[in-house]
Amino acid sequence: MKNYIYTIILLVFGGTVFAQQTPAPKQTEVITIVGATAHVGNGTYIEKSVIVLEDGKIAAIGTSEVTPRGRVIDAHGKHVYPGLIAPAKSLGLVEVNAVRASNDQDEVGEFIPNVRSLIAYNAESKVVESMRPNGVLLGQVAPQGGTISGTSSIVQFDAWNWEDAAIKVDDGIHLNWPNSFKRGRWWLGEERGYKPNKDYAEDIQKTVDFILSAKAYGNGKAGEQPNESFKAMQGLFEGSKKLYIYANGEKEIIDAVTNTKENGVKHVVIVGGYEAHKIIPFLKKNNIPVLVQQPHALPSREDDDYDMAYKLPKILSESGLLVGLQNESMSNFQTRNLPFYAGHVAGQGLDKEKALQMVTGNNAKILGIDDSYGTLERGKSATLFISEGDALDMRTNILTHAFIDGREISLETHQTELWKRYMEKYSRE
Amino acid sequence: MEKRFLWVLAFLSISIVSAQEYFPNNGGLKQENTNYTALTNATLYITPTNVVKNGTLLIKDGKVVASGKSVNIPKNVVKIDLDGMYIYPSFVDPYTDFGVEKPERERARGREPQYDASRDGFYWNDHIMPEFEAISAFTYDSKKAKEYREAGFGTVNTHRMDGIARGTGVLVALNDEDGAGTRIINDKSGQYYSFEKSVASRQSYPTSLMGAMALLRQMYHDAAWYAKGNSDTKDRSLEALNANKAVVSFFEAGSKDNNVRADKIGDAFNINYVIVGGGNEYEMIDKIQKTNARYIIPLDFPEAFDVSDPYSQKYMSLADMRDWNQAPMNPKWLSDKGVEFSLTTFKLKKPSELKENIQKAIAYGYNETKALQALTTIPASFLNASDKIGTLQEGRYANFLITSGPIFNAETTIYENWVQGQKNIINTKDLKDIRGNYKITVGGKSYDVKLSGDISKLKSDVKQGSTTYPSKIDYKDNWVSLSFTNEKTKEVFRTTGIIPKTDQNFYGRVVLPSGAEEEFTAVRQSGGANGSSKDKDKVKKHEIVPLTYPNVGYGFEKIPQSQNILFKNATVWTSEEAGILENTDVLVKNGKIAAVGKDLKAGGATTVDATGKHLTAGIIDEHSHIAALSINEAGHNSSAEVSIEDVVDPEDINIYRNLAGGVTSIQILHGSANPIGGRSAILKLKWGEDAEGLIYDNSPKFIKFALGENVKQSNWGSNVRTRFPQTRMGVEQVYINYFNRAKEYDAKKKAGKPYRYDEEMEVLAEILNGERFISCHSYVQSEINMLMKVAEQFGFKVNTFTHILEGYKVADKMKQHGVGASTFSDWWAYKFEVNDAIPYNAAIMASQGLVVAINSDDAEMSRRLNQEAAKGVKYGGMSEEEAWKMVTINPAKLLHLDDRTGSIKEGKDADLVLWSDHPLSVYAKAEKTLIDGTTYFDIETDKEMRQNIQEERNKLVKLMLDEKEAGGNTRSPKGKDKIHFECETIH
Repeated sequence: MKNYIYTIILLVFGGTVFAQQTPAPKQTEVITIVGATAHVGNGTYIEKSVIVLEDGKIAAIGTSEVTPRGRVIDAHGKHVYPGLIAPAKSLGLVEVNAVRASNDQDEVGEFIPNVRSLIAYNAESKVVESMRPNGVLLGQVAPQGGTISGTSSIVQFDAWNWEDAAIKVDDGIHLNWPNSFKRGRWWLGEERGYKPNKDYAEDIQKTVDFILSAKAYGNGKAGEQPNESFKAMQGLFEGSKKLYIYANGEKEIIDAVTNTKENGVKHVVIVGGYEAHKIIPFLKKNNIPVLVQQPHALPSREDDDYDMAYKLPKILSESGLLVGLQNESMSNFQTRNLPFYAGHVAGQGLDKEKALQMVTGNNAKILGIDDSYGTLERGKSATLFISEGDALDMRTNILTHAFIDGREISLETHQTELWKRYMEKYSRE
Repeated sequence: MEKRFLWVLAFLSISIVSAQEYFPNNGGLKQENTNYTALTNATLYITPTNVVKNGTLLIKDGKVVASGKSVNIPKNVVKIDLDGMYIYPSFVDPYTDFGVEKPERERARGREPQYDASRDGFYWNDHIMPEFEAISAFTYDSKKAKEYREAGFGTVNTHRMDGIARGTGVLVALNDEDGAGTRIINDKSGQYYSFEKSVASRQSYPTSLMGAMALLRQMYHDAAWYAKGNSDTKDRSLEALNANKAVVSFFEAGSKDNNVRADKIGDAFNINYVIVGGGNEYEMIDKIQKTNARYIIPLDFPEAFDVSDPYSQKYMSLADMRDWNQAPMNPKWLSDKGVEFSLTTFKLKKPSELKENIQKAIAYGYNETKALQALTTIPASFLNASDKIGTLQEGRYANFLITSGPIFNAETTIYENWVQGQKNIINTKDLKDIRGNYKITVGGKSYDVKLSGDISKLKSDVKQGSTTYPSKIDYKDNWVSLSFTNEKTKEVFRTTGIIPKTDQNFYGRVVLPSGAEEEFTAVRQSGGANGSSKDKDKVKKHEIVPLTYPNVGYGFEKIPQSQNILFKNATVWTSEEAGILENTDVLVKNGKIAAVGKDLKAGGATTVDATGKHLTAGIIDEHSHIAALSINEAGHNSSAEVSIEDVVDPEDINIYRNLAGGVTSIQILHGSANPIGGRSAILKLKWGEDAEGLIYDNSPKFIKFALGENVKQSNWGSNVRTRFPQTRMGVEQVYINYFNRAKEYDAKKKAGKPYRYDEEMEVLAEILNGERFISCHSYVQSEINMLMKVAEQFGFKVNTFTHILEGYKVADKMKQHGVGASTFSDWWAYKFEVNDAIPYNAAIMASQGLVVAINSDDAEMSRRLNQEAAKGVKYGGMSEEEAWKMVTINPAKLLHLDDRTGSIKEGKDADLVLWSDHPLSVYAKAEKTLIDGTTYFDIETDKEMRQNIQEERNKLVKLMLDEKEAGGNTRSPKGKDKIHFECETIH
């Protein structure tokens, strides 16, 4: 009986096995998706929707008032979502964590904003490819390590090369804020445990000094000796780049926001925010969005609520802050679970559309790509997918179609091919 | 004056040193002092319980001749009147490293790990040094001796605190004057053990606590075997171990659970260790009592955290805060349970800290007589030296203290500490006690002076009205010098006065700031004010918060009990042929599932309305590393001798968090550092029980094997390249070699021939005999196939492949072999060998008829294995019912527990989870988790616990702030850094 089921699956998919990961060609024909529940990504949804994709954009979205055109995809009973957006990941910078030769995510140096992720982004990564069958279609590729790790760019996940992949070049700088408590390096013989970091003030000062020097450099005359790292910082003061600060403690977040805003950084985003719920009024007053950590995390401390990480995004979201979800602390391959992080947060009692918003509309807004991506709205990029069922639940996240800028992308991967190959082997026996 | 006195002493001592009867004396005329010394009119503690008022202690030649109320005093006597004073036996510290040279730390020469022993002719492991004799590295340290004497000690026991088997120690009297011939009381006073490796060797094995335990067991086995003359070669370590059999063994365990571990080893070899504890025995007092062991208990009570920065409070766990609060009760609670224990200065920064800590223990209810025994008679008896030290009965050494009052009172001063008849002055007893309040008139103005502190180390406090004048005081030889400064004018007043024998007042000369001199008189207003108020506050008892099971956040006030419960109207996922039953009742009775059906009667059971909810069997995690203190014994390529059961940690909060995710049973596997790992511990997560209570009764026997990158050390850095195996080819040969040897061993044993008991071979023979099952960490298809073939060659079956990420490639072969699979749902890309890992793995293997489970290998993921199982539906299209079995009945089958747990069926253990929603849904929450009918997690109780934790933390923060305000010592906040183990954690 089981073999029979798999034979059917093979028949269904068997014909579509082709050289996977070949980027889809530009959209040439108009496509209309009819009948699905459209989850807009802004907290709302449209039942029995009609969505027209044309020239890579959403030409129309609505219900019966919209007339289907071109190729019609019947999606009754199915669900349409905007392509999910993964912030703060090193996708495409590292292929196999344990293989050093495949690792390009962390350059030497404490303050290296001039280091750019985009040019090292591997558009043919098998890990990146595995995002797509789960609906994760866009990502911010960020360098790792040091204090200022470098500059990120935002890419879409179906491209021949990094240049084609880029949808926002050099969008932001990533800063790991120092910690007021330090972990004893017990593996080097230090006492195990977290102790106050005596150098905390000094660590902050170093960071502030760097920001001030960069600013002073910007105020200087053109034609002076170029300093690439200071140059890379200028966008922060002009407002063309965002500063992503990785911080979790309330003290650290307050210090980070205060010290960077005071010194002229226009857009600050907090990444992490484990204790952001303790300082909501402060964050609101300063208009700081939070890219909160994924719910699949242990509580930081022994006495914390077991579900602290589960409910944190909900608490922040319900407080009225602009909240997105990220999983920067996890391995890149886990990023395909982005929809399920949102699902898990919904399981804590947050409205499902709001939970979805955290990996679509809100992430787009925070990353500054909401003019084109993140929601199903007229005029925006046709970057979306169709799922058989609720895409936030692993049982029903089963994609039938996915589009990036109107291009219908392959949902095959190295992994689906191995699946089929071995089911084929067993069906022969 | 003092110097002159010392010269006299020195002179005397020279003559005494050379006064040995049979020694010639060329430095003077040979003559003996046969005089007696009588100390009279004292309150005399002959023993802690035999106290004589107006007693006399008569000593001669360093020993007690007589002690008591009516003692015949010979004519040739020097009498010392101690009216109003007290005499106690000097203290004995059974656990120090006094005078013993510390071993040199072995520096890493290369960066290669060292697998073999550095020594030749000794035991195969450098950390086993029973042949070491501390006397050979002993130099009497008179400076340190003085510190001990000042704290009241007359004798200390010492050894080299290094290594797992540390050799023998020395019992020394703190007698500066006489030579080693007199003060060395016993040069083999004990033998010493610990779980800590020697710093003098880099030999890797053991890298873990469980490895140290196994090593000690093997050492004793080998000693017995060696004693029978079985060895062809000479082993000086084992010879020494056998020769010292009659010498008492001390075991530095260092914590409550390690005490029990040490005791367990002792029990196996009929050794009654004296166990050096850790001060937290109170947290498992019944278990400690049951060991029936004798203990040495340190008094390093934790200092309060400095919680004045509210941002740092969060770092401290409730458990650590409680430890500060409750630890001072340890001596009292131990003594209430009748545990025999000695005290020690071990773990204190310096011996002088003893007094304050004993006072603290007494303030918390510890009996003073018991305390005195724990410092005298009890350590003496542990050391088999009761005939020499610990009391002032006839024939004992004249080791005694002369004090101003009861020994443990804050204001009491130790005047003298005599050791082997040699007088050592700590504070002169002839100094008059002038503590009190005075009025001094100087330069026409009158000042209030308060003198407090120790009799000889006074503290002064000078005031005029409410203005305080900073002051200094010096008091000796009946003269007192007091100077004080007017802070505004910087004027300094210097007074010097003599203390008359009888008058209450004192008088003298004052030098005024102008340089003029005049007479002054200090007129006594009132006495008292002994000891500083600050010192008293330090030992003030604060409120003690209650202990819980376990004694950490989310612990239970009482160990939860099983309840009869009727779940009404649930959707029941049976994980049996019965499938998923709608609107069904489940009755739990006496820890078992009593009935499954419609409209069941409660019959006295508590009814839970489960309408709209789902009831399932508890989740079983085949591959877990929570609740363990160590995971890998990485020192050898095989470590079958170690067992995770030895290192179960019942206080790991992840147990509770797992319960909150619906997990009821786990297998804690050894890590994957070596091809043959260690034995598993299989637990029911009965939060609140001790380690023994968590481990399954009649637990199936399992061992971890591992293949691939980890065992060939591919990711351990480029310096680690010498241990066999470094390739998959070598891994096969490791197995073949070990199984050949085990086969031979077993044959020898079964044939009744003499054999060297080898714990490792015993375990491997169990595998060959089908008594122990293998769960093997595995990734790529070649190695999977290889191990099955090795097993077939030796006539057994591999039970489970865990991880098994390429199992889908050889599912047919696995089916043929009869092995099960326990895998991740969707992990890959973290190392080279998982390149072809695919999330369809579970579904493909299941489609070929394998028993497939989804496991975690991760403390976080294990809390949502329901979601991981659900991925089987997405990746490969499993039915929901089959997907659910992957975390319930299937792992139960793999663990040979399916007759007890893993499904909802009448007669099985009531290990159940009530879910708010479809259990495979991302939206589901576990609301109740039961094990054997006992509710260990309840989402409502959890809310109360959170509230209670907040309240208790606030209370403890306040108590700590109070302590700081009162002048108590504090330490900066510190947070726990728990290791979350995975396979690859080397520890």
